[in-house]
Amino acid sequence: MLAFAIRRLIEAAFVMLTVAALAFVLFRFVGDPVNQLVGQDTSLEDRLKLRAQLGLDDPIAVQFGRFVWKALHLDFGISYQVKQPVLGLIIERAPATLELAIVAALFAIAVGVPMGVYTGIRRNSWLSNLFLTISLIGISLPTFLIGILLIYVFSVGLGLLPSFGRGEVVHIGGWTTGLLTASGWRSIILPAITLGLFQMTLVTRLVRSEMLEVLRTDYIKFARARGLTNRAINFGHALRNTLVPVITIIGLQLGGLIAFAIITEQVFQWPGMGLLFIQSVANADVPVMAAYLLLVAFLFVFINFIVDVLYVVIDPRIRIIGRPA
Amino acid sequence: MASVNTPDEAGARDGGTGTLANIADSDLVHSFLRSKIVVLAAVVTLLMVGAAALAPWIAPHSPYDLTTVSLLDAHNPPAWSQGGDSRYLLGTDDQGRDLLSTILYGTRASLTIGLLATLLALVIGVSLGLTAGYFGGRVDTVIMRIADVQLTFPAILAALLVDGVARIVFRTHGSGGAEFWILVLSIGLSLWVAYARTVRSSTLVERNKEYVQAARLIGLSRRSIMFRHVLPNVTGPVLVIATINIATAILLEATLSFLGIGLPPTQPSLGTLINIGNRFLFSGEWWIVIFPGATLAGLILAVNLLGDWLRDALNPKLR
Repeated sequence: MLAFAIRRLIEAAFVMLTVAALAFVLFRFVGDPVNQLVGQDTSLEDRLKLRAQLGLDDPIAVQFGRFVWKALHLDFGISYQVKQPVLGLIIERAPATLELAIVAALFAIAVGVPMGVYTGIRRNSWLSNLFLTISLIGISLPTFLIGILLIYVFSVGLGLLPSFGRGEVVHIGGWTTGLLTASGWRSIILPAITLGLFQMTLVTRLVRSEMLEVLRTDYIKFARARGLTNRAINFGHALRNTLVPVITIIGLQLGGLIAFAIITEQVFQWPGMGLLFIQSVANADVPVMAAYLLLVAFLFVFINFIVDVLYVVIDPRIRIIGRPA
Repeated sequence: MASVNTPDEAGARDGGTGTLANIADSDLVHSFLRSKIVVLAAVVTLLMVGAAALAPWIAPHSPYDLTTVSLLDAHNPPAWSQGGDSRYLLGTDDQGRDLLSTILYGTRASLTIGLLATLLALVIGVSLGLTAGYFGGRVDTVIMRIADVQLTFPAILAALLVDGVARIVFRTHGSGGAEFWILVLSIGLSLWVAYARTVRSSTLVERNKEYVQAARLIGLSRRSIMFRHVLPNVTGPVLVIATINIATAILLEATLSFLGIGLPPTQPSLGTLINIGNRFLFSGEWWIVIFPGATLAGLILAVNLLGDWLRDALNPKLR
């Protein structure tokens, strides 16, 4: 178990190092860092001095080492665009994205699991077919189109919900939350549905196929033979056994939610990290791009690592020597 | 997988008359006609591809010809609604361009970028997969590690990054058509992993078969063995991935353009049009966003359905 965790940790470190190398190349070679920091009329002398100050004359290996060392201390440099430390910008934006991703995940579970159970038990009812059709649409339609449609219906047409921003936010320490005000909740509904719809359809389909499989097993037949109620069988026995893969997928999807939040944040002008990233891509703000890349990579690697280790803890069959496929 | 010939080649060898009958009798055609939805998807796809290919001839106006575009005609609703102009069937956008024509040209751009990007991803992925599988050892480790790292991220993120970098690199040149190729490049580079992994694993199997050993014995060069002998035997699954990937590529293009870092507004693509329409949604001008949106949704749904069907139809386990 420990050996497995350590091997995974080494692999994770390798991935992070590769991404760091990519971010470094981006940072160092795409666009001249000096040009971005000084004005047009800076003399060549001053430029050279700044170059030396920034350490751009050192060997590449030394520069890369320094880059990694700084990144480990969460120092990602200064944004070219707003001339502020990148870390501050990201920390300021992080709560918005995290809240959006978590509410979206909760929405996906709260709606997806019941829909999956229902379509698994009542396989041929019209409601099941309706659910499955909805989930097919959810998978095929692009995220931004769903967002626009929701805005069109609920904001423009019915005037029920706001179409942009986070609403009123409350500051608690360094964290800004929109989840304590009514307008904050009203604002998060549409973005969260937009972001979570794909995950919801994924959960629905997963729970359904797992239910179909579990309901065929002997212990379910035995439970029926014992005369247990349908409710006890479906929820106590069947659903419980479908939950391990569902939890895994949701865990793995959390990183995806944060990455896809880029699109949702653009549609709803949600002031999160994704919007920051899009602006940095459009403005060639390399430090922000590099930092975001590292951050998201870390998030993905971290989540994968946790899920891998949890798997081994939950399912002893994987503990056999060698890595799981 | 084991068969050396694709169905087309086998049919071609039988001679002219047998070919059509052979194709009509194949499993593929049977399973195609069995599903009405797939036929519908094929019809929709064909219609859209046809309309996009013929856009310069069938579009009532040209969105590139600025002399026919007048700002006085901007924001016209569709012809059938109140205040509509019969010259503009689906209405006009904010610059006075005919929406129907713009959609036709936009579909053309989206499809072209999607196909080219899929092709690029296919070429990169197949070459790398073939190299990794055939040579093995350190080459294999390096290529597959890179693939693993990239697989950690969603494709959209990879595409965004390549797009961002390419923009900075190409900005100095500032040529007009750069955005088009930046899109192809960024989407192509974000989708190659699936091909590389598939081709590598099939190459690992093929490499030890007798025909490869025979080819090696008669002294053929490595390149000739790889591309002439191994490659034709590993292409089956590649084509299936490609079909499914076309929809993904179109979606990525639309998403990037929607985010404002794809094609510029002067070169309509479906994503750019939706982006423009999104700005005018609140003034009640629903048509600028709804028509391109519906086109995009229909196109992706149809191509996806075709891809799914092809995957199932070509999977011998499901027959």
